[in-house]
Amino acid sequence: MRQRGIWQVFRVLCCLALVCGAVGCGAKSEQEVRLGVNAELTGSKPTVGDSCKKAMELLAAQINQQGGLQVGDKQIPLKLFIEDNEDKAESAAAAAQKLISQNNVLAIIGPNASGNAIPAARICEDSGVIMISPWSTNPKTTEGKKFIFRACFIDDFQGQVMAKFARQHLKADTAAVLYDVASEYNKGIAEFFQQFFEADGGKVVAFVSYTTGDKDFSSQLTTIKAAAPQVLFLPNYYNEVPLQVKQARNQGLTCAIIGSDSWGSQELLTLGGADLEGSFFSTHYAPDIATPKAQGFIKAYEAKYGKKPDDVAALTYDAGLLLCNAITQAGALDRTKVRDTLAQVKEFAGVTGKMTFRGGGDPVKSAVILQVQNGQFKYFASVQP
Amino acid sequence: MSFPVALVLQYLLNALQLGSVYALIALGYSMVYGILTMINFAHGDIFMVGAYLAMWATLFLLGLPLNLPTIFIFLGSLLFTMTVTAVLGVSIERLAYRPLRQAPKVSAVITALGVGLFLENFTLATIGPEPRQVPAIFPVQQYSWGGVAFTNIQVLILVVSFILMVLLDTLVRRTLTGMAMRAISYNRVIVPLMGVSVDHIISLTFAIGSAIAGAGGLLYGLAYPVLDPYMGIRIGWWAFIAAVVGGIGNIRGAVLGGYVLGAVEIFTPVLLASSTYRDSVAFSMLLILLIFKPTGLLGRPTVEKV
Repeated sequence: MRQRGIWQVFRVLCCLALVCGAVGCGAKSEQEVRLGVNAELTGSKPTVGDSCKKAMELLAAQINQQGGLQVGDKQIPLKLFIEDNEDKAESAAAAAQKLISQNNVLAIIGPNASGNAIPAARICEDSGVIMISPWSTNPKTTEGKKFIFRACFIDDFQGQVMAKFARQHLKADTAAVLYDVASEYNKGIAEFFQQFFEADGGKVVAFVSYTTGDKDFSSQLTTIKAAAPQVLFLPNYYNEVPLQVKQARNQGLTCAIIGSDSWGSQELLTLGGADLEGSFFSTHYAPDIATPKAQGFIKAYEAKYGKKPDDVAALTYDAGLLLCNAITQAGALDRTKVRDTLAQVKEFAGVTGKMTFRGGGDPVKSAVILQVQNGQFKYFASVQP
Repeated sequence: MSFPVALVLQYLLNALQLGSVYALIALGYSMVYGILTMINFAHGDIFMVGAYLAMWATLFLLGLPLNLPTIFIFLGSLLFTMTVTAVLGVSIERLAYRPLRQAPKVSAVITALGVGLFLENFTLATIGPEPRQVPAIFPVQQYSWGGVAFTNIQVLILVVSFILMVLLDTLVRRTLTGMAMRAISYNRVIVPLMGVSVDHIISLTFAIGSAIAGAGGLLYGLAYPVLDPYMGIRIGWWAFIAAVVGGIGNIRGAVLGGYVLGAVEIFTPVLLASSTYRDSVAFSMLLILLIFKPTGLLGRPTVEKV
């Protein structure tokens, strides 16, 4: 009996703790702007999550140093809640759920990869919480949703840019595509590329797939080699591209190789090295032609972390800036008001260029094409929408 | 679709390269099962650890200011990797599996899964999630022979795996130790009465199986020079299927199964025009095979003795 008595006391204490916790949360939310970060800290693209986390921490530190974010007539400090989504769709949804129900965040930055952003977007939309994905370019992330935004262009634009580039600059009549069929991003952009390349008069002679985590592409590359394309499009992530390029060259494929914004990590160069020399890819920003605002960001980032920000870091910083601006303009920590302000942002000058929202979650912005030269990313051209 | 001879040869060569690695790992599954009737699910992760060890050994040997000849660097890395993975395999057996030897079989299998997760997450925590690049020991040289492209790395993988397989086969079939291994797999109760130390032979089996997986890790790293802590999972599963297809417990069966699985992986995307079906093809093949030949291609049925 005595045992049971202790158990009862314990249960009452637990309930009390829960109630206090909930009340505590409610009371606190006015004194800080609670933002969630849903990033790929582990899993197959840890560099992406790391850049995202670092850029948000930089932004929060900068804003808090000035006393906080201006909301109405008060300055309120930012508080970040960072969750790891392990680069898995189900964990990304769970992380979003946790940020919303446990941490009661106003808005969430991330996830970055489309495969994670799409399920997380569903959770946020259902709870009416703002989500801005810095890097997810697949149209499905924001499609038909009210509270979901992104800081980057979308894949049909990117597919069009690369298809046009292959046709006009590389003068290619035939192209081959090797893409990851299990990832929404890779599959989406591969299909857009095929559609635009063929609409432009070219012919896609091989359209072959693999599955996330594969290391051997020799079978697919042999098929591609037999089709003898003039250009090979690899819209895949930076951790897989080096193996693909290496194996393509070993098989004796000598054609030009082009890629998409998923290439834009320094890891690509350390893993891929010389095999990627001369290849082109489309991405969000080029550090070599940075505006003064972008220069400021690059300097601050380098000073804090000792390395150059990649495109994920730049886009995350822009996503955070967009959100903070909208909160200040809305003048209240109210999700619906902030959402309405965000959807009407005009000519917002971010690190990655000018962004305009036309009522929906996708910004109108330009793309750049970079080339790998002497083991570095070099600016090659800008493409306006 | 028509397939010129050169193209088919090219696919076959690719399949041989991949199959060799699967075969090396399948050997470890098969040996351990043969002797303990237990599936060591941590085996794929031992392979992963082997790949990382090989990377460090190569980096260390390349970094020495001695200008060692490449063949020496290769053999040095191979020796180091095989030794350390052998020690790892024996330690895992000693610490995790031996205390459970009298426990129900399922406990040991669950423990093996746990050990696998431990190895993955330990690597993740200590080395980090970033993919790592394996330095090239040999500069890649391409050859083309009648329209079939191949590299010196491919030749090396085929030759080294073949040598290891022949050595292992000789060990198991021609030596006294091999005889003890076969005897234990035949009957674990009687063999100790003949003066054979069962613990000793089981440790040796784990050492050899893990060392071969380590060698597989090194060869794999040469061909696919990007490593990550999760690389052992899929390869481990495929090697496990290879072992079952060939007849688990049978050394030659594991090798055969490895090459069959290599061929499945290479030819599925060719014949079905999509890699999506690859895993379904492999697992369907396993199911169908097990219905008609439950012991695998080369396995012998066991007779329940009363």
